[in-house]
Amino acid sequence: MAIPVEGFMYPNEVELQWSILIVLYPFITGLVAGAFILASLERVFRVEAVKPTYRLALLTALSFLLVAPLPLQLHLGHPERSLEMYLTPHRSSAMAMFGFVYLWYLMGVLLLEIWLDYRREIVLLSQTASGWKRVAYRVLTLGSHNVSERSLRIDERLGYFITLIGIPSAFLLHGYVGFIFGSIKANPWWSSPLMPIVFVFSAMVSGIAAVMLLYMLTARLRGQAIDMRCLDKIAQYLLYTFIIDFSLEMLDLLQRVYEADESFRSLDFMVHTRLWTSQVIVQILMGTVTPIALLALMQVLKLKDVVRKRVYALAGCLTVMGIFAMRWNVVIGGQLFSKSFLGYTTYKMGFATREGLLPAIALMILPFFILWFLVKLLPPWGETLPAAAELRQREAASVLS
Amino acid sequence: MDISRRRMLVLLPAAAVAWKFVLAGTPEASPNFKLTEHWWGMLIDIPKCIGCGSCVRACAEENDVPEGYYRTWIERYHVTDWKIEKPEVESPDGGKNGFPPHADDGGKNFFVPKLCNHCADSPCTQVCPVGATFISPDGVVLVDKSYCLGCRYCVQACPYGCRFINPKTNTAEKCSLCYHRISKGLTTACCEVCPTGARQLADLKNPKDPIHEFLKTHTVQVLKPHMATGAKVFYNGMDGSVR
Amino acid sequence: MFKDIEHLIRLAAVIAIGLLAFVVLRAAVVPRSFGEYGHYRGAAIGEIAARPIAFAGHETCEACHTDVVDQKKLGKHVVVACEACHGAQARHADDPGSVKPAKLDTAVVCARCHEANAAKPKNFPQVATADHAGGIACDTCHQPHHPKIEAAKIEETKIEEAKSSTAKTPTEGKK
Repeated sequence: MAIPVEGFMYPNEVELQWSILIVLYPFITGLVAGAFILASLERVFRVEAVKPTYRLALLTALSFLLVAPLPLQLHLGHPERSLEMYLTPHRSSAMAMFGFVYLWYLMGVLLLEIWLDYRREIVLLSQTASGWKRVAYRVLTLGSHNVSERSLRIDERLGYFITLIGIPSAFLLHGYVGFIFGSIKANPWWSSPLMPIVFVFSAMVSGIAAVMLLYMLTARLRGQAIDMRCLDKIAQYLLYTFIIDFSLEMLDLLQRVYEADESFRSLDFMVHTRLWTSQVIVQILMGTVTPIALLALMQVLKLKDVVRKRVYALAGCLTVMGIFAMRWNVVIGGQLFSKSFLGYTTYKMGFATREGLLPAIALMILPFFILWFLVKLLPPWGETLPAAAELRQREAASVLS
Repeated sequence: MDISRRRMLVLLPAAAVAWKFVLAGTPEASPNFKLTEHWWGMLIDIPKCIGCGSCVRACAEENDVPEGYYRTWIERYHVTDWKIEKPEVESPDGGKNGFPPHADDGGKNFFVPKLCNHCADSPCTQVCPVGATFISPDGVVLVDKSYCLGCRYCVQACPYGCRFINPKTNTAEKCSLCYHRISKGLTTACCEVCPTGARQLADLKNPKDPIHEFLKTHTVQVLKPHMATGAKVFYNGMDGSVR
Repeated sequence: MFKDIEHLIRLAAVIAIGLLAFVVLRAAVVPRSFGEYGHYRGAAIGEIAARPIAFAGHETCEACHTDVVDQKKLGKHVVVACEACHGAQARHADDPGSVKPAKLDTAVVCARCHEANAAKPKNFPQVATADHAGGIACDTCHQPHHPKIEAAKIEETKIEEAKSSTAKTPTEGKK
């Protein structure tokens, strides 16, 4: 094996087990959880200001959630056997139980909530659209065309309830990923009760930042004005969440440095050498401290709209990059040192291999294609559909006569 | 001297009976091999290990272990004076072809053979999402390679670094305590070829097994006891520097 | 009244069908022996145990090679298994007539254990082969199954050395 090793590693440890695809997975599910929490801010906590992003956040969450299993499938030695996780799940395995958390979240929360929120449009469009879209809408109606006031009110109540359950479900979705790492006693870089909590908060940070960026981008692409009240509110929530996230991570670090247990010297050396760029420079300085400073500054200074937008865009990009770096540092960092604490290995990332950089990039781009498709099918921008308006008029007329 | 040509399979009588059932595909039904009558482990006597690498080679041959991966391996420790938390350790190709000569610099040297500890509370079986790795009723942690997904969670969960992914089958693999041998009444390949008796198979449930007497009269340890894995590979004369 | 929740009833039906399909799939696909002994395929134990062996085990060798057994009994190598040096011989044990073990190169085989190394236990017999034998094969003087050279034999060898004036040539290995 041509992998450079420093010091001593157990012979089977030299090759990394989990690649960039496994870095991608918590990153993607994090975006999902975060986007959903932002959406639920409007629905459950009645934060009116963020309403313009509600549907966009849901569709974003769905796009990413559909892509989430793909890096896992590419990584598996036998993807054709992955159904085994649902057929014979090992109840003591966090990974197996996560399969059901994912399924629940996809089916029971996200799809259901989107369906209930869009049902009226779906029914109307199933009657007025043409081509493949018409077929799609007709399937989505499940054969029922009832959009009476009462049925819509029932949908609204049910949707509220789903969102309510959805919030802890979103926490569970990403907290579980944290637990998958945090419960491995063999690995001191991962093993920590703080892991699920840190993962949840960093997920929220990345999701909120992603939706904020998407909102700004789509508004610009459509030539629409950005609702600054909405944007300011999102940025505010991003700041608060970020502060909590940063505090948790610093708490973990502080404790480690102070207690300096057996693994500490090895981990400390690793951070100072192999992980210096990705952890200290990219994740902490550029990806956390800088965006927090920028966002905090925007809360204090009253700058012009156009300046604030630019600052938010910058902060958002840095945030997303910083959270990706955090996933990298957790997953890859946890495999760079030996469990004997006597050595270090190197991650040799391929490019056009099954678990290389190219498929990773492709998988990160894919959700945007899916989002583009979903936006076409289920427009999130609440413009009145001319056909729908006509239909309503027709219905009203038939009721009167 | 001429060996008269006898074409017969000469195995231990017990193994011969078991062989019938093995050929029928149901070795667990063999009358002299009751799964629950055994609880397998191993005893490793560190002062006896000479680092010859015979065990690593034999294991590789017996189990078709691919190059660059190790079901068992040997580590050479060099400890200077009181610095037992900072030993120098090496394992060139797992110790398969022995170790290069070293000058005597007054430090302490010894060899530590390592393998799967067949933990009674194994963290690897705990995390397997589908039940592809498990502990058999007779205490051997095995991998069902036709069921394994290759997710590598077990490899991450093992504190001892004894697992790897076989590049040919894309499934998890590790020492199986030569289950196909011990279930026929033979010993493991590594114990068979060890010239000094540093490695010995132990049946903890057998009252006549010499390990019981050995454990009573010697100072033994397991690797990483703080992990509470219930490891069943016992090390005699293990220094505190062993990681 | 039901008209207004008709869509939800249809949704419930879709979910019910999905669950039913899952249950049917599970019954069809999960291997029969799964769960027999624990959360794994019980048949795996048998499959793993059915793997063919490569090393016959010294008791199998000893059943035929009784002469070697007698030789070994006299010396320190009594504890060394046959296949430690001769390699895996299950195929030979299965068909002794056709499958013959390869001849060993003692320079390689003996050195593996007996080459001097500071890391080896001090009480283990080891030599720096370059100085000890000056390049000749180990079995020139040592009989591998009974490696200790008798005092008389050592004298004999010394006399032989004194007689030959030029560089030693390796003689054929003794049986």
